Amino acid sequence: MSPLLEARDLTAAFGGRKVVDSVSLALGQGEMIVVVGPNGAGKTTLTKLLTGELAPDSGEVLIGGDRLSAIPPWQLAARRAVMAQANRLAFPFTVAEVVRIGIDGVGRALTRSGREAVIAEALEAADIGHLVARGYQMLSGGEQQRVQFARTYAQLRAGHVATDRQVLFLDEPVASLDLAHQIGLMDCAQRLAREGIGVIAVLHDLNLAATFADRILVMSAGRCHACGAPADVVTRATVRDVFGVDLCRDAAAGGLPVVLPQHRDAPPRYAPATAAAS
Amino acid sequence: MTLAVPSPAVAALFASQRRRIAIAGCAIGIGLALVAVLSLGSGAVRIAPERVVAVLAAWLTGDREVLASREALIILSIRVPRLILGALIGAALAVSGALMQGLFRNPLADPGLVGVSSGAALAAGFTIVLGDRILGTVSAQLPFILLPIGAFVGGLASTLILYAIATRHGRTSVAVMLLAGVALGAFAGALTGVLAFVSDDRQLRDLTFWSLGSLSGASWTKVWTVVPLVLPVLLAVPLLARGLNALLLGEAEAFHLGIPVQTLKRAVILMVAVAVGASVASAGVIGFVGIVVPHLLRLVFGPDHRTLLPFAALLGAGLLTGADLAARIVVAPAELPIGILTAAIGAPFFLWLLLRRDRSLDA
Ligand SMILES: Nc1ncnc2c1ncn2[C@@H]1O[C@H](COP(=O)(O)OP(=O)(O)O)[C@@H](O)[C@H]1O
Ligand SMILES: [Mg+2]
Repeated sequence: MSPLLEARDLTAAFGGRKVVDSVSLALGQGEMIVVVGPNGAGKTTLTKLLTGELAPDSGEVLIGGDRLSAIPPWQLAARRAVMAQANRLAFPFTVAEVVRIGIDGVGRALTRSGREAVIAEALEAADIGHLVARGYQMLSGGEQQRVQFARTYAQLRAGHVATDRQVLFLDEPVASLDLAHQIGLMDCAQRLAREGIGVIAVLHDLNLAATFADRILVMSAGRCHACGAPADVVTRATVRDVFGVDLCRDAAAGGLPVVLPQHRDAPPRYAPATAAAS
Repeated sequence: MTLAVPSPAVAALFASQRRRIAIAGCAIGIGLALVAVLSLGSGAVRIAPERVVAVLAAWLTGDREVLASREALIILSIRVPRLILGALIGAALAVSGALMQGLFRNPLADPGLVGVSSGAALAAGFTIVLGDRILGTVSAQLPFILLPIGAFVGGLASTLILYAIATRHGRTSVAVMLLAGVALGAFAGALTGVLAFVSDDRQLRDLTFWSLGSLSGASWTKVWTVVPLVLPVLLAVPLLARGLNALLLGEAEAFHLGIPVQTLKRAVILMVAVAVGASVASAGVIGFVGIVVPHLLRLVFGPDHRTLLPFAALLGAGLLTGADLAARIVVAPAELPIGILTAAIGAPFFLWLLLRRDRSLDA
């Protein structure tokens, strides 16, 4: 069976500068790939290429074997849902409305109570049931992020009626979340993956990445620096090469790697990121 | 896939919203009917509401005796077309305002405020003055036919220019849009001034009429030129609601949600140009309806376009016919140009909105 999502030799440049440089990857059903890398490494741009928001300068993206650019927008909306990095609204929608807009299109095949059930499930998944009637603009950054997750989750659920080969994209979904909700959100993404959905998530916390990822893709200056199982990828050498930081690496229960800042007796050496980014 | 039990909270929330919409719909409908009856009865000749209703009933049933009366003549050949024209233009302007606000993702966008109406008025002015000079010799009717087309082209051109200037890399800058709109409006105003300078007395009167805005020239002919332009827009507008809602989450989000964004934006620009062009061509520049009506509705229903767009049409129609009624009453037996009235009421209201702005407008 063809992979859910396949990228071949993706390259994108802004003003002659390559921001994503010959990246290839394949995402299988039920797999979670976590993308990590320094600021400006091209993670968001790669996500945009994979979702079709941005057209690559060369290379191609296939979703379920079909060329991304050939899939009509409404069909694409059932096959993948996207939670972007930042989201502000200029109009005072309520939380319930924001989530509902996520399924106004893909949820048309559902009955009214079916749609309400999807919304309720999404609210619960993002733990924002108590916020439904609140104005989105009045929420804290972390709460807004959870609402966006609920919207994305609802879109995925509503699209499930049409196809079970779906991909979920999360660009720094936990950037503003407290610890409990970081874990809650990643747990939820993992549950979706267990049902067969492919997940691509951009994260900064290497430990969170190692805990939830099937594979970790390390980006550096637009290129794929390493890609593989957490234990193979999250190494002292990789972290030093890509982030310019010396960390202690240990193994937690189950053999997953854990990285920690070095003890203060041997203060971490912050090398300028240019070494990795140039 | 198994679904969770439908949450009663979500269902109740949406049900209470629907109830609110139904109640407000009835209220606006009743208001519209009241304004209509009052408006048909007021003017140089006052006609009692029950007579108005009797004439309208006779119109429907074809009662010859009532229809032959002087009252029936006044109502049916002067006041009804004026009422319909006012309602259509009010609906068109309010819906255009709501559409532009959705397109620009900014509650301050308005065809009048950002120079679209001035562009349409300038083009109308060109057809009045130059069309009269050049084409008047060919056929006296030609400038009349070209007027709505000219206003439409003017409206379309200014919308496109505005959008092109304010949008870069898919992002529309609010500040740039407003500033560009002011500049466009001033430029169109200057050119309209040049037109006034070179026009003769009759053309000058026509030009002044366009720039002040008035429904006093209403006739069945005008109604029939506006209907084929505005009615299709009003009927098609609900189709855009879902897309505009998604667009409010962001252009990329709308794309992810399955909206053909470029098509949607083009449709909105075209509809605004048609609606504003037709309005300006038949009644001149009438400001602030497009900004006041959607704002009021958002206070009650929130920004959901599925409610906002149809209600904007209703309330816009009600407000403009109401304003026209007031314009005929305040200085009776003369009447104020309606554009003066909407600006005199709309501008302070707009300032009040700016004073009580929430943080969203500062963004
Ligand atoms: N639209 C754009 N125009 C020009 N440069 C861009 C654009 N989008 C991103 N970039 C640049 O590309 C690089 C990678 O950006 P991004 O993919 O957002 O990084 P990150 O890995 O932090 O998500 C950055 O240097 C950024 O400045
Ligand atoms: Mg990013």
